[in-house]
Amino acid sequence: MAQRVGMEVSVAIGEIVKLANTDVVSAYPITPQTHIVEHLAELVADGELDAEYIPVESEHSAMSACLGSAATGARTFTATAGQGLELMHEVLYVASSMRLPIVMTVANRALSSPLSVWSDHSDAMACRDTGWIQIFVENGQEAVDNTLCAFRIAEDNNVLLPVMIHLDGFHVSHVIEPILLPEQSQVDAFLPKNNYPLPLDTDKPVAMGDFGPPVIYTEAKWAQEVNLRKSKETILKVWQEFGKSFSRYYKPVECYRCEDADTLLLTMGSYSETAMTTIDKMRGEGKKIGLIRIRLWRPFPFEEFRQAVKDIKTLIVLDRAISFGGPGGPVCSEIRSALYSQNNRPEIVSFIGGLGGRDITVAGFEEIINSGMEIAETGSDNEFEIFGVRE
Amino acid sequence: MTKKEDELTWKDLEIGAVITEPGNASQYRTGDWRTQKPVHDFSRCIKCGLCMIYCPEACRFQNKEGYFEADLFYCKGCGICYRECPTMVITMEEE
Ligand code: SF4
Ligand code: SF4
Repeated sequence: MAQRVGMEVSVAIGEIVKLANTDVVSAYPITPQTHIVEHLAELVADGELDAEYIPVESEHSAMSACLGSAATGARTFTATAGQGLELMHEVLYVASSMRLPIVMTVANRALSSPLSVWSDHSDAMACRDTGWIQIFVENGQEAVDNTLCAFRIAEDNNVLLPVMIHLDGFHVSHVIEPILLPEQSQVDAFLPKNNYPLPLDTDKPVAMGDFGPPVIYTEAKWAQEVNLRKSKETILKVWQEFGKSFSRYYKPVECYRCEDADTLLLTMGSYSETAMTTIDKMRGEGKKIGLIRIRLWRPFPFEEFRQAVKDIKTLIVLDRAISFGGPGGPVCSEIRSALYSQNNRPEIVSFIGGLGGRDITVAGFEEIINSGMEIAETGSDNEFEIFGVRE
Repeated sequence: MTKKEDELTWKDLEIGAVITEPGNASQYRTGDWRTQKPVHDFSRCIKCGLCMIYCPEACRFQNKEGYFEADLFYCKGCGICYRECPTMVITMEEE
């Protein structure tokens, strides 16, 4: 039986990447992702993980090396954060459109400037159109479980897409948590060998990432879009099978005390755990309040999300990123468009907060919920409310 | 590939638009960029082949009589053959 062991979440992610028998790791260290790739470098150097560790001079090169590796059919992992993810940006599109199953941990970090190593979701949101599967986790156990699931999802021949696992830098990456790591035999039973269907092979040469003139580009992009949307079926199936094997279940939209709620708060990532405490407190006071979290950000779970909010009056959305000069937080603007076509849509109130590692406490969430409910009644001329800014 | 490129649907593409057939760039019709095409008066042609050597598309071929014609599937209408021909066989005509 697997033992629950106290360890730093970054180390635990390294351990699950090892248990997944990863063939190639290529990464460039950047705070707050560093401990993940340092631990993997140690495991390879100590001979505990039989993998190729490719040290590179930048994240652009890290992702480029991952392309080549995944194209040969090797199980491929990398990790990054913040500016590093931005430096990879153009290569991210190549990975998804070439359908290369790469797994990447992103320790969410705010973008410069001013320079911040602390967490928010501006790096994650800047990648929402890159064609990757994006999954948000809230704590160490979820990070470990979903990293394992990510390999199986990415490499499934009905998917063949790269997957980002988003965990908040420091708030998740650097804390020591009790982690249940699976046994090698359990991992081997859950995760089949990578069987990439069209690998680079000198006996059967193919050309990848080739020229696509106007006559074919639209077809290529539509094929990619259909495939990413369809990947949700496999993601659900993999989470279901993970639940059967490990008794921990994951859903694209997670609900907490949503039964008979008329107001829901929506969060993503680690702050959800603080928000739950607030929900418990306000429920204790008899308020009909619940919390929903979007775990699967891409492909966006339209059906599950609409189902989760269909009976409520007010939806208060917390974004941890700003779409500058735009309609407010990226999450809220997507949610507004997901609900626009619905007959019974709730009042939606948009908050932006928790930027660059700024904490939101239990009392802070209470303030967000209370003023959100008030704005839902009275209306507001603002595209969004900024939480916690000093006037 | 059995279909022509403009008949391929999104379902016909390999995963990631990978190309499994060598040399399929030959199916790429560069001729549709053209606004002018070369026309020839071969009575002045000395069959020197300069037009063929200079053609950047390598689309000039020798016909049965040994004269060099342009394959209009690929000819981009750049006019280099017209410029290089020493005996002014070629004129460029608007499409
Ligand atoms: S016009 Fe240009 S492309 Fe066409 S045959 Fe002449 S040299 Fe070749
Ligand atoms: S360059 Fe002129 S003369 Fe020479 S082969 Fe071509 S058409 Fe004939």
